[in-house]
Amino acid sequence: MSDFEQAFALALRLLFSFDPALIEIVALSLKVSLSALFLAGLIGLPFGAAVAVTRFPGRGGVIILLNAMMGLPPVVIGLLVYMLLSRAGPLGVLGLLYTPAAMIIAQTILIAPIIAALTWQVVESLEGEYSELFRSMRVPFHRRVPTLLFDARFSLMTVMLAGFGRAVAEVGAVMIVGGNIDHLTRVMTTAIALETAKGDLAQALALGFVLVLIAITVNGAVIVIRQAARRRAYA
Amino acid sequence: MRSHEAAVLPIEARGLRYKAGGRALIGPLDLTISQGGITALMGPNGAGKSLLLRLLHGLIRPTAGTISFSGRAAGDGAPRQALVFQKPVLLRRSVAANISFARSLAGGGEHVDDILAEAGLTAQARQPARLLSGGEQQRLALARAMALRPQLLFLDEPTASLDPPATLLMEDMIAGIAQRGIKIVLVTHDVGQARRLADDIAFMHQGRIVEHGPAGTLIEAAETKEAQAFFAHRLVL
Repeated sequence: MSDFEQAFALALRLLFSFDPALIEIVALSLKVSLSALFLAGLIGLPFGAAVAVTRFPGRGGVIILLNAMMGLPPVVIGLLVYMLLSRAGPLGVLGLLYTPAAMIIAQTILIAPIIAALTWQVVESLEGEYSELFRSMRVPFHRRVPTLLFDARFSLMTVMLAGFGRAVAEVGAVMIVGGNIDHLTRVMTTAIALETAKGDLAQALALGFVLVLIAITVNGAVIVIRQAARRRAYA
Repeated sequence: MRSHEAAVLPIEARGLRYKAGGRALIGPLDLTISQGGITALMGPNGAGKSLLLRLLHGLIRPTAGTISFSGRAAGDGAPRQALVFQKPVLLRRSVAANISFARSLAGGGEHVDDILAEAGLTAQARQPARLLSGGEQQRLALARAMALRPQLLFLDEPTASLDPPATLLMEDMIAGIAQRGIKIVLVTHDVGQARRLADDIAFMHQGRIVEHGPAGTLIEAAETKEAQAFFAHRLVL
């Protein structure tokens, strides 16, 4: 059996034996990325929707900035969050550096613009359809945003899944602000990088399988949501 | 005069003009609707009927002129009003949720189940609104407009794309609403519908009201050549 085949077999054994170390890393990854997704959703969904329904000076600039921030390099975000949270930084007193909270903050900053920009696109399109109805029904502004967010729920679910996919697969930012500390801040991507560097390909491969499985699940969920939306005429 | 009508009538437009892209689309136009029931706005395509409806409803601002309801300027003391579009815009949710949304905007009113029953949509309450047939969608749009508890209801060719049975169901609903004392302004091309429903007709041509009078009189003995040609089913250019 070649090294590669051995590593492959060991990886499957680790996976199907529910290796505690592996489970711990996967669980932390999901906890960090789902927390970041929740926070980014709280920020990005209403912000994107508000930009879609309001007209104000500089709106075009905000939209350009949002779109530009979709492509922010994770290591740059990691560096900025590191500078904010390090002892000498403005938020150093909180002592969050090298904790899961720091990783959540970094991932939130990474995916909130993605969620906001995609939400803006989805909601602006729906707003075009609803705007005359809203004006006719005298729907106040504070009701427009939640109404649009609710009615665009199928599309926004796929937006959230895109954000989750980006967060869970990210390595640069969490490596910088989390430090890849065993049993504390080690997540799938940082563990894969470490185990590969150490030559422990089985562990890296097993985690890689989980990541690929998550990617397949996310994409499967997107397809299922789209089909459900189409069946229900997006209603 | 019934209570709703007292808050609405007379509907007066004075010196109303609307320009877009340098073209005068409406006016100068003067119109006084002082009669309750159903007023039909009729005229050939491009006469400005739907535009006038939108101006009266406040969806668009006139370039010049004033609109008032029961002596009060539109905006300040406008009555509660609703508009049903030719192509219904339904929220992406269930039939009942569409009604609930309007009801919440009106701050209560008739129960959702009762509104749906009046529209003959009880069985479809939980269905996605956009999966209804064309006739059902338009009845839902009308029921949702009624959930806003309007004193004045604008209808923009609500049966234009419906088959005869669906049209009759809509007309029954419209007649029932008018009987409850809610003033209705209806845009229609359909002379038969105007004959069945309208109390008075305001006939438009090239952005102006050219004739306004009782429905029967106007259809049978219009005074202007444009209205005569229209009701005689000749092309009006």
